[in-house]
Amino acid sequence: MLAFVLRRLGVMLLTALALTFIVFALTNLQPNLEKLAKSEASVRMSDDAVRAWLSENGYSGTMISRYGQWLGVLPGWTGATADGTATGRCVERGVAAEATPRFCGILQGDWGQSTVFKKPVLDMLGRALGHTGWLMLAVMLVMVPTALLIGVLAGMREGSKTDRVLSTAAIATTATPEYVSGVIFIALFASATAGISPLLVEWGWLTGRKTLFQGTATSAMDDITFWNFALPVMTIALYGIGYIARMTRASMTEVMTQQYIRTARLKGVGFGQVVMKHALRNALIAPFTVIMLQFPWLLNGVVIVETLFNYKGFGWTLVQAAGNNDIDMLLACSVVAVFVVLLTQLISDIGYVFLNPRIRLS
Amino acid sequence: MEPLSWGAIFAKAAMQFWPVWAAMLVTFFLSTALKRRLGLYGKLFDSTVGMFGFGIVTFWVFTAVFADQIITHDPLAQLSGMKNALPGMAVKSPAEGGYPFYLFGGDSLARDVFSRMVMGARDVLKIAPAATVFAFMVGVTLGLPAGYFGGKLDTFLSFLANLVLAFPVILLFYLLVTPEIVQTGIPVIFAAILFVFPIVFFTILFNSRFHMNPAKRNLYVGLTLALGLWAYSGLAFNADPVGLFSMDPNLLNVFVSVVFVNSPGVFRIVRGLVMDIKARDYVAAGQTRGESSWYIMLWEILPNARGPLIVDFCLRIGYTTILLGTLGFFGLGVSPESPDWGSTIDDGRKLLAIFPHAAVVPALALMSLVLGLNLLADGLREESLKD
Repeated sequence: MLAFVLRRLGVMLLTALALTFIVFALTNLQPNLEKLAKSEASVRMSDDAVRAWLSENGYSGTMISRYGQWLGVLPGWTGATADGTATGRCVERGVAAEATPRFCGILQGDWGQSTVFKKPVLDMLGRALGHTGWLMLAVMLVMVPTALLIGVLAGMREGSKTDRVLSTAAIATTATPEYVSGVIFIALFASATAGISPLLVEWGWLTGRKTLFQGTATSAMDDITFWNFALPVMTIALYGIGYIARMTRASMTEVMTQQYIRTARLKGVGFGQVVMKHALRNALIAPFTVIMLQFPWLLNGVVIVETLFNYKGFGWTLVQAAGNNDIDMLLACSVVAVFVVLLTQLISDIGYVFLNPRIRLS
Repeated sequence: MEPLSWGAIFAKAAMQFWPVWAAMLVTFFLSTALKRRLGLYGKLFDSTVGMFGFGIVTFWVFTAVFADQIITHDPLAQLSGMKNALPGMAVKSPAEGGYPFYLFGGDSLARDVFSRMVMGARDVLKIAPAATVFAFMVGVTLGLPAGYFGGKLDTFLSFLANLVLAFPVILLFYLLVTPEIVQTGIPVIFAAILFVFPIVFFTILFNSRFHMNPAKRNLYVGLTLALGLWAYSGLAFNADPVGLFSMDPNLLNVFVSVVFVNSPGVFRIVRGLVMDIKARDYVAAGQTRGESSWYIMLWEILPNARGPLIVDFCLRIGYTTILLGTLGFFGLGVSPESPDWGSTIDDGRKLLAIFPHAAVVPALALMSLVLGLNLLADGLREESLKD
């Protein structure tokens, strides 16, 4: 077990290194750097001025050496401006030259400066992840129980009418990407001119506000209410519900055909008892893996939904950083994303072993 | 003129689709009549779910084919006074012989939402199936040896596949589909690598089958190489001597990125299937007969893996459609004028709370196409399991 986890951790580390290097290389392509120079200094710079700016700000070294600096395994670049002030990756205003550290990469806890938000990356990222954390928590609380319930109900009696209706509904939700369901939800529930809100107002069921739900989640960053948070949560959860429900259904139908279920039935145990006591635990092994592997998917959904509902969390930050080639921010975002993906894979593997005693890793 | 009522809008829209209805009727009539002779495709008509899905998919396919006949206005034309027009509104000053209504309303630039939705179907169906085919070529060509031989090759390729799969798709798109990337020429390198796979696939396919019969082998392999390299020079490097094959650099970038994102998934599925099938007796028999490894992989294992692969193909076209929509939604790659569904949803969402129709129409279109593909896949899965 330990060897397995260690080997997986090793592969994870290698993957994370490779991925961050790819992101680093793609964000540091020459045209991207030129764009950065122009947006940071002045739009009408000549090519020579761009080159000078890049070398003054430490972008002239080789890709590998700069990646090493970002990582913190190579000493940060140093230089001096025309008037003799020392500059460098690790130089900070108000810190004496002797006290300036040689290394300052992410290994030293220095994640750099965001060029879009003009703030340290770590501050921005911390706040954004906090917002996204609440969103994810709400999504999980809605998605997992609903999906499992639908899956178990559908898989309990394969081929029944309940099964057909629920399975078709599950297929329909997996066919609806977040940007489609979000748009439809807003049009239906959060528009003052279309959907059901005008009707509700007319009937007098809705007082004090014009729409049933709010079409933007900006206010949810300070204060989460059902009114402003329901639509984003529903939008993300919907896509996952169908997928997890289908997996649960498949696993449940398989379990229901097992010998021990028939034995229990023949012994005279009631159907409800059989489902709750005998089938459920075994049927939930596969969905557990699926739920864990759903996290990377949720990450995608989060990016779309946060953009659509203007909720300034991790996904919104990622889009802003990517749209403006904010290198340090983008790298930090990809580190987070990659670790979320790889950690959930590891947890799902380990969890699988604990849940299913038939699997041995060695 | 008075604006149309909802009933009239849908009746008129349905009439506009008449070539599609006609083509669908013919297809269904022929298919049900000949269904016992059409193999898996014919069996599809035994399953309600599958037939329903097939209906939706053919609807969109024929819409894409007959788009020029269906549209009521030029999808790029901006008519005065029709900005954010509500569905069914009459055109203010109709041109001679022009269609007098904006059936599904106008968007924020006074363009006809209905015509843009119809043209969008063509845009989406031009890219999604082709990109999926290329992804399958890459995934199959790499997945077969990885699953069959295992060992170091498998470890290496699996690591690469997991690497791509661990990337959040949107981040990858933001990095790959930018004008700056087109400048660096990276998409051309990607295209040069990815577009080789179909040629390699077919060359090996024919060579492994006919290498005992040089005349036939030379004919098939020669044809593959001639056609393949001709298309390859045009598509990847835009250097086709005749000028038949060419691709706009932006489109190439989108296409290549979508193929790149999709192929690791196909690779994993093919690899898993091969690892399962290679333990069968007929593979052992082939090995004992002294068949070459590639012959066994391509002519013995691959045909027996076709069921799950066809199902996955349908699902993956739907997934590719979603990916293309995502690209459009974030305003990446395709030109802002383009009527593809993702971009129109993105355009429409700015005024979503006031004029929802501009975004809801393409959203429903995209959803129905993906739903159709998923139902089709479900029907195929059910029918192929009955064998």
